[in-house]
Amino acid sequence: MSEELMVRERIRVIVGEHGRLSIAMDQLNDDASLYQAGLTSHASVNLMLAIEESFGIEFPERMLRRRTFESISSIAAAMRELTQMNSAA
Amino acid sequence: MAPRTAEHMPSSSLRVGVDLVRVADVTASIARFGARYTERLFTAGERAYCDANTARAAERYAARFAAKEATLKVFRPSPHDAVDPRSIEVRQLADGACEIVLHDIAIALARRSGITELSVSMSHEQEYATATVVVRLTPSGGTTGARDWSAVGAESAEGNRPTSTSSDE
Repeated sequence: MSEELMVRERIRVIVGEHGRLSIAMDQLNDDASLYQAGLTSHASVNLMLAIEESFGIEFPERMLRRRTFESISSIAAAMRELTQMNSAA
Repeated sequence: MAPRTAEHMPSSSLRVGVDLVRVADVTASIARFGARYTERLFTAGERAYCDANTARAAERYAARFAAKEATLKVFRPSPHDAVDPRSIEVRQLADGACEIVLHDIAIALARRSGITELSVSMSHEQEYATATVVVRLTPSGGTTGARDWSAVGAESAEGNRPTSTSSDE
């Protein structure tokens, strides 16, 4: 499994634990809207904190936007950006 | 019987936002994430007020989270707008009323929305907390004639204090 797929899988597990979605995770594809699947603003905070904890990162203020947590793919993209920034620093 | 007449009731100068939070969700988040949760969402002043009453701290946090969300609903940010929850602060006044104080990005969003006045009301009990925010907009709905929140903020180094009243306990 590629690193990207492993990251997405970890995110998927965290979304399942903290997202409190109204649909089963196996019914949710990576590009599906988490908000349309029932992610509330409060649950998105828990999701953010759990991802930070799991990956040892912190989302900067500029990423605290609805679009960042729109889908598993968008979260993975944000993670990729953060990882690239950290490795370049 | 079907109504025979209809009249559109314009609300171009008013906007309302409401939010409802389950207190148990906030209790669980505090238990799970501790200070990381409260510090990412709430200002030092908000935390001091909420933590002063251990038995009702989660209710107070939940009401403030609802107030921030209700305020965001009247701001109507785009999915691309990054909003730090601490830029929308609930402050407790000496008489028990609450007000919303805006900082940083929240000031920009208020200006962009053409908001001239903002009022908040919160309520909470053991199970749920809710907040309602009502704002007055410039007649055009744009920034022309909007209150210069940044100028107000410059006068008060602590932030902007829109007109606002609400009892919290």
